[in-house]
Amino acid sequence: MSRIGVAFDKARADGRAVLVGCMPAGFPTVDGSIAAMKTMVEAGVDVIEVEIPYSDPVMDGPVIQRASDLALAGGVRTADTLRIVEAVAATGAQVAIMTYWNPIEQYGVDTFARDLAAAGGTGLITPDLIPEEAGAWLAASDAYGLDRTFLVSPSSTDARLRMTAEHCRGFVYATALMGVTGARSQTSEAAPILVSRLREVTDLPVGVGLGVGTGAQAGTVAGYADGVIVGSALIRCLLDAPDQATGLAALRALSAELAEGVRNPVR
Amino acid sequence: MSADPAAPAAQVPDAAGHFGRFGGRFVPEALVAALDELDAAYRKAMTDETFRAEFDGLLRGYAGIPSLLYPATRLSARAGARILLKREDLNHTGAHKVRNVLGQALLTKRMGKARVIAETGAGQHGVATATAAALFDLECVVYMGEVDTQRQALNVARMRMLGATVVPVTTGSRTLKDAMNEAMRDWVANVDTTHYLIGTAAGPHPFPEMVRDFVRGIGEEARQQCLDLTGALPDAVAACVGGGSNALGIFHAFVPDSGVRLYGFEAGGEGVATGRHAASITGGSSGVLHGTRTYVLQDSDGQTIESHSISAGLDYPGVGPEHAWLHDQGRATYLPVDDDEAMAAFELLCRTEGIIPAIESSHALAGALKIAPQLAAELGREPVIIVNLSGRGDKDVHTAGQYFGILDRETA
Repeated sequence: MSRIGVAFDKARADGRAVLVGCMPAGFPTVDGSIAAMKTMVEAGVDVIEVEIPYSDPVMDGPVIQRASDLALAGGVRTADTLRIVEAVAATGAQVAIMTYWNPIEQYGVDTFARDLAAAGGTGLITPDLIPEEAGAWLAASDAYGLDRTFLVSPSSTDARLRMTAEHCRGFVYATALMGVTGARSQTSEAAPILVSRLREVTDLPVGVGLGVGTGAQAGTVAGYADGVIVGSALIRCLLDAPDQATGLAALRALSAELAEGVRNPVR
Repeated sequence: MSADPAAPAAQVPDAAGHFGRFGGRFVPEALVAALDELDAAYRKAMTDETFRAEFDGLLRGYAGIPSLLYPATRLSARAGARILLKREDLNHTGAHKVRNVLGQALLTKRMGKARVIAETGAGQHGVATATAAALFDLECVVYMGEVDTQRQALNVARMRMLGATVVPVTTGSRTLKDAMNEAMRDWVANVDTTHYLIGTAAGPHPFPEMVRDFVRGIGEEARQQCLDLTGALPDAVAACVGGGSNALGIFHAFVPDSGVRLYGFEAGGEGVATGRHAASITGGSSGVLHGTRTYVLQDSDGQTIESHSISAGLDYPGVGPEHAWLHDQGRATYLPVDDDEAMAAFELLCRTEGIIPAIESSHALAGALKIAPQLAAELGREPVIIVNLSGRGDKDVHTAGQYFGILDRETA
């Protein structure tokens, strides 16, 4: 059974895609990030992806790097992330954690799984952990009933797509293009091909991320995927704003636009 | 490249790149296909006589290898040990790094890729990569922390003269680790056309094993040269350890020789106790950084801590996973050498032998001077120590000149 599956089931019943919105924990502050995530939920984001800020985020582009640096400079700790998960899960939204592997390894894989389950989180999305290296996490996620989302890429072979999907629970994260996070002006041509290749090897829902930043792009992706994952564009609302109120207003507006997009899939 | 690839010392890593609990692949899935492609190309090349002849020919005919094993008589008199210097400083481009880049550049050609990217700290690996790129007609982009571009301005100029694009990295601590992050990001986006020419025996599998194999000639040559010169194996082998490729290069052939002590000297910076150092094994803990599990300088949350060393080439908060393994096995001993100790050894070599060493290699020299009296006492005779003089000090004249007060800040 999957914890995040609730969101996908509900969206499927509505004939739309799930909207997943990403925000670094502790950006701009712990309470500020809780406020931002609650705003996103109120405006129609189904699943919140809380990213644990990390000093060396090799999969992330400039926007998430900067937000992560600011969060770390503000002193956010891994334990704060769990408090954020608890606060946002209380809204009824599904809350997953996106994290590079080292912070989890240092917290203790089993301990983190226990604490994440207790906080009401659904599971982990792990951008630099492939199933071959995930032994401890496979065991801990089974023990605490947490979801596991590994990433697949346009460069993944069919054999790796199958193997990776077999190790996922909840959904599979398809990276739409070869590159790091960050909004792009055009949606990816590689993504629909990757998703159809995935459909051949798994029945799990497929979320597509990397480069999505507008309602129209969300609609395009919703046309072929079960979930639309947006990060940098949402984070930029706060980075670019002169004050918190302006930032939250922009965040609310973009969240609503994206929520509208996933309700109007372009097929 | 004369060693048998199936020699006992080649038992690690396993097929997935694990050196015991270290190593492996902690990378975005997007890179797995490229790492698999590289692994296949490298394994094919290592058993391909044509490749080995080509590599060997380049090392000999282009890079001036094998390098000398030089008995440093005047230094030895001061050290109370017979010191043999493996003169990698005399190689083309001035360091052991040329071995690795020539090997990887040959592989790049074989994989049909036209572009190489690299990270560099001191600039030595960047210069070596730019050199190989010029020789092989490859496009070359070097990522270098902004802080390092300032303290190693001459090497930036060298890379540009050789036709490379140098990109100053302004994220994070603006040093080697951030240059590596930026190179990884470039690689994820351009992996179809680009080879990431990693400069040390670190990073995801197969890099630690592959880089070790390209540089292990250092130890194979030194072992034979020592036998020829002294009729016996040395008592100890000493090398500096940042990422650790020069150390692995000279250790590897000696790993099965249980009577030969292996010493890796890490950059102790201002002293390990001060927290301002780059001694990942002495002062770090097990973690995941840049695609591999190894010893890392990190806080309790797993955030990487900035390293510090007078030597830009050792200023890195991780270490190659094979060193982590050799440490755990007790096969090699890792000790810190601080900035002042390294600079004292730098000066001593200049004055006794007329050789200006790289500050990196000065850590190995200082370490050898430190262990010599203990070894002599233990053995009851003058010990024979091979020191890997991994690079020359031309690039460090600015830093050393300031350290010794030879250059004032205006003329520097």
